[in-house]
Amino acid sequence: MWQALRSELHPAGVEVVTVALDTGGADAARPWIEAARPEHPSLIDAAHVSDELLGFVNVPNAVWIDEEGVLTRPAHPAHVQGSGFADSPVPEGLPPRIHDMLVEVKKIPNHSDVYLGALRDWAQRGSASPWALSPAEVVARSQPRPPGHAEAAACFELGQHLWRQGQRDAAVAWFREAHRLQPDNWTYKRQAWTLATTKEGEASDLIQGPTDLYDGNWLDDVRAAGAENYYIAFE
Amino acid sequence: MILTAPRVGMDDLERRTGWAIKPQGACKAEVCVPLEPGTAEDGDVDVASFARQLRMPLVHDGDHGLWALGPPAGGRALSTAVAPELELPDLSGQPFALSSLRGQKVVLIAWASW
Repeated sequence: MWQALRSELHPAGVEVVTVALDTGGADAARPWIEAARPEHPSLIDAAHVSDELLGFVNVPNAVWIDEEGVLTRPAHPAHVQGSGFADSPVPEGLPPRIHDMLVEVKKIPNHSDVYLGALRDWAQRGSASPWALSPAEVVARSQPRPPGHAEAAACFELGQHLWRQGQRDAAVAWFREAHRLQPDNWTYKRQAWTLATTKEGEASDLIQGPTDLYDGNWLDDVRAAGAENYYIAFE
Repeated sequence: MILTAPRVGMDDLERRTGWAIKPQGACKAEVCVPLEPGTAEDGDVDVASFARQLRMPLVHDGDHGLWALGPPAGGRALSTAVAPELELPDLSGQPFALSSLRGQKVVLIAWASW
């Protein structure tokens, strides 16, 4: 998907850089990257450094950067393909949780046509594109960082550090605190949930169902937040 | 920023947070924040004092002897539109600096295996 985007935009002078936000590091991201055979830089962010620096709160998210190294779009949802589920009914016979997840996935807004149009326009016209924001707008539209969110970042970092050290009970406590302090940060939640539910040696668990470790899980939290709020709007 | 002691060397602090300790205070890009006496001495910084004055959370895990210094609170994720320096490894562990793409437009996309 990202390689196709790169193939389209690179002739217009745009480079695509992908960053895998995976506490599991290269091992977690490797199967997807190798399958994509990317020609663009494909980086691994095991410490979620870019979340904190740029304000990513879900994936896929993106920022746009101009030739001078200035951001022209702060963190935003980056859908370059329509949802495969949007226009088709949820198949019958699925396990109930997967069925219910797909029902919610169908409700998640996906404005890939608008986003791709904006991206193509910016690629061609640069700062003359109406989608390119001024530096002041970029800062103003970046994620707010009240004290609770800043503290959540510190808690999440502690959780990751302890998880990598094998101190998993201690890590979970800090992940829970990050979730409490910033409940709308899906990156913190999905990463912690999948660490808890992925079996050793298997691909990252996408279902992220209930566990004894966390109060929330993907399906219940999306229902509670409203699927329409899962991504901030791109406008 | 993870710490194993409540004091950190000035050089380490600058390398990991971008905040340089100078005679006029803690400085990053064009911003300098005056520091209270005693915050930075003999090449070291009292992290709790530094964090309080810069409105950065400092979270402590006493059981594991760890501290985590979070980002400045009260504003936005971005304090400037200048892209931050970001250097991350690729699959083979080779570091890649975002700034090496200066002169091209860049779409930086965060994704995950989960």
